[in-house]
Amino acid sequence: MSTFNILIAGFGGQGVLFAGKCLAYKGLTEDKQVSWLPSYGPEMRGGTANCSVILSDSPVGSPIVSTPDILIAMNLPSLDKYEGETQKGGKIFVDSTLIGRKVEREDVDAYYIPATKMAADIGAPTLANMIILGKMIKETGAVNFDDIEVGLKKVIPARKADMIDINLKALKAGYDF
Amino acid sequence: MTEKVLMKGNEAIAEAAIKAGCRHYFGYPITPQTEIAAYMAKRMPKIDGVFLQAESEIAAINMVYGVSATGKRVMTSSSSPGIALKSEGLSYLAGADLPALVVNVQRGGPGLGGIQPSQSDYFQATKAGGHGDFKMIVLAPSSVQEMADLTIKGFDLADKYRMTSMILADGTMGQMMEPVEIKENAEINTYDKSWAVTGTECKRQHNIVNSLYLKPELLEKVNVERYERYKQIEENEVMYEEFMMDDAEICVVAFGIAARISQNAIVEARKQGIKVGMIRPITLWPFPKKPLLAAADKVKRFISVELSMGQMIDDIKLATECKKPIDLCTRVGGMIPSPEEVLAKIIEANGGNN
Amino acid sequence: MIVFDKPKSLTDAPLHYCPGCTHGIIHRLVAEAIDELNIEGKTIGVAPVGCAVMAYDYFACDMVEAAHGRAPAVATGIKRSDPSKIVFTYQGDGDLASIGMAETIHSATRNENITVIFVNNAIYGMTGGQMAPTSLPGQVTQTSPYGRDTNHCGFPVKVCEMLSQLEGPEYLERVAVNNVKNIKKAKAAIKKAFENQVNGKGFSLIEVVSTCPTNWGMTPNDALKWVDENMIPYYPLGVYKDRSNKEDK
Repeated sequence: MSTFNILIAGFGGQGVLFAGKCLAYKGLTEDKQVSWLPSYGPEMRGGTANCSVILSDSPVGSPIVSTPDILIAMNLPSLDKYEGETQKGGKIFVDSTLIGRKVEREDVDAYYIPATKMAADIGAPTLANMIILGKMIKETGAVNFDDIEVGLKKVIPARKADMIDINLKALKAGYDF
Repeated sequence: MTEKVLMKGNEAIAEAAIKAGCRHYFGYPITPQTEIAAYMAKRMPKIDGVFLQAESEIAAINMVYGVSATGKRVMTSSSSPGIALKSEGLSYLAGADLPALVVNVQRGGPGLGGIQPSQSDYFQATKAGGHGDFKMIVLAPSSVQEMADLTIKGFDLADKYRMTSMILADGTMGQMMEPVEIKENAEINTYDKSWAVTGTECKRQHNIVNSLYLKPELLEKVNVERYERYKQIEENEVMYEEFMMDDAEICVVAFGIAARISQNAIVEARKQGIKVGMIRPITLWPFPKKPLLAAADKVKRFISVELSMGQMIDDIKLATECKKPIDLCTRVGGMIPSPEEVLAKIIEANGGNN
Repeated sequence: MIVFDKPKSLTDAPLHYCPGCTHGIIHRLVAEAIDELNIEGKTIGVAPVGCAVMAYDYFACDMVEAAHGRAPAVATGIKRSDPSKIVFTYQGDGDLASIGMAETIHSATRNENITVIFVNNAIYGMTGGQMAPTSLPGQVTQTSPYGRDTNHCGFPVKVCEMLSQLEGPEYLERVAVNNVKNIKKAKAAIKKAFENQVNGKGFSLIEVVSTCPTNWGMTPNDALKWVDENMIPYYPLGVYKDRSNKEDK
């Protein structure tokens, strides 16, 4: 039995909720039990945003991830807030373009990805979320990466289908980093 | 088989309502339930339905009253402060014996309170929905699937008993996404609605939808008859779920999001050898009195886990006839207890031993 | 030969209204309009809270009793449920212009295809004569015992004038029922308000300047005279908005 308690946190507008949705949908297509819970309210309007994603082989109890075993921190306040909450032996993914400091905990694995810079480099400056998500999937195996576009297609509406390729490119860049 | 999709709880309610044959929605924006209105605004025009953003919660519930008087399925949704405004209409719906579905995606109060999840409208929903003697059927989903299923069930019960069904959810339930399967063709029971105002066609006496009875003996009679109907509901419509109760010595009682959190804590406590289980009321009214009373003879202690200062705990005391001590485990104001906090309470209830 | 008969859209229930009250006349005018348009079988009325609360017993069509002030919202629900039905509300001044002001304005601005009969007698009748939103400056009531002091509680609401500022409504007219000539005009206006709905034109409100001899503390005749001398000067009769008529006030 395996369960991934994932917390994705950053500024509103960084695509935190979207990355979580993509992940949750991919989990669903793999017949996992999944839940996705966003923070909501005024904080969505440019403040901090986070979402809890749980992927599990058994039914999900509480959908709230307060002590993640996987943390994606896309800005400094998120790392400051959740580093201490991350479970021992957990994994923390840091967007090192935006976060100048290192993870202080020694009982977790830290991964530094210049996601924002990489996103700009591939011509998709808004897709740091997908880059860091790609890296997370590689390091955790939370979902299968081979057919990751299945998840993308579920969350990108048909009228924006042209966005799938660039998202896929970003995911792959992160995965291969 | 219908494919499972990921949906927010709020969206699941909206889609399930449509599947249940509801073609009329009236509402007023308020966080954290606005997705329901947004979903209806998008869908209703495409299925010959009606979405109308009302000028106030009060207007919305009275539009519901109007549609319901014509015999059609209708709903509104809101969050705590908005439900307070609707309480006038809830009482009139009850007084006129009109069916309706009302959704409360609760947030913290009192007053403007906050926008984060809460269960502090328990009393309002189960005991004091408005002025006068009346009840609403109160359904408490604890998953997105149940948000959908209980919406469909709620419409059916409302029609069956000619009263309001209220979905009592909270911000977490409304905002979270989970896989959900909403059957394409929900089985819709039809009930006699010969009381509805549909125009006499000059072929019958006029129907009157009304809650005014100036003769006290008549008003007493309709109230007593209504409570006879409520008695049937208490007899036939109680819904609850037991979790690990077979050998339980401690019984957690929790609904909605609190039940989800408690479940994690119970699984953890079991690993530590504590015999704990849970009774999760799905109908808050009618309250699952019988299973709780039965449990009171078996367990040593109860713990009421709720996102209020302690409201449901009163009903547990009544149901169990105070046979066993009941602890309260709670966070309020939009704060949510962690499974660890609930676990700590379970350990404490177990005499501090784990 | 029958030269005068009860409209068939009225039931046989005896009206409870006070002697000299003009609600009876207005009920009759509404019923006549329904009869003449032959719409009784598809008409649904919404009764208010106020003196006309039991209008549901008097109109022979299907009826719904609404909460105080909410009749336009209830009517909106009914009409949206089945636009082929003819839906009217029958409301007093407290119901329509005080507690139900929001519902009134918003159903008007939505051009909700309903007919609103607004009975303005400048007082709360059912509760025993309190100041209404339309009580005249200086008017003595139970809750303005020294006369309505506009410095203290503001000015009367002129509903037709106010609603005429909105783009929404189709037809707004103020009439009175204090003499035969005015009653005939009132009848024509009420009928037109229903016709508009039949023709899908939208929100029509007829404000009927009315009396309350009991709570005004007058004989019925004096009350009719008071309408002429005090009410009509403050609430001028006429068409305030009519999309099909260029001569709006």
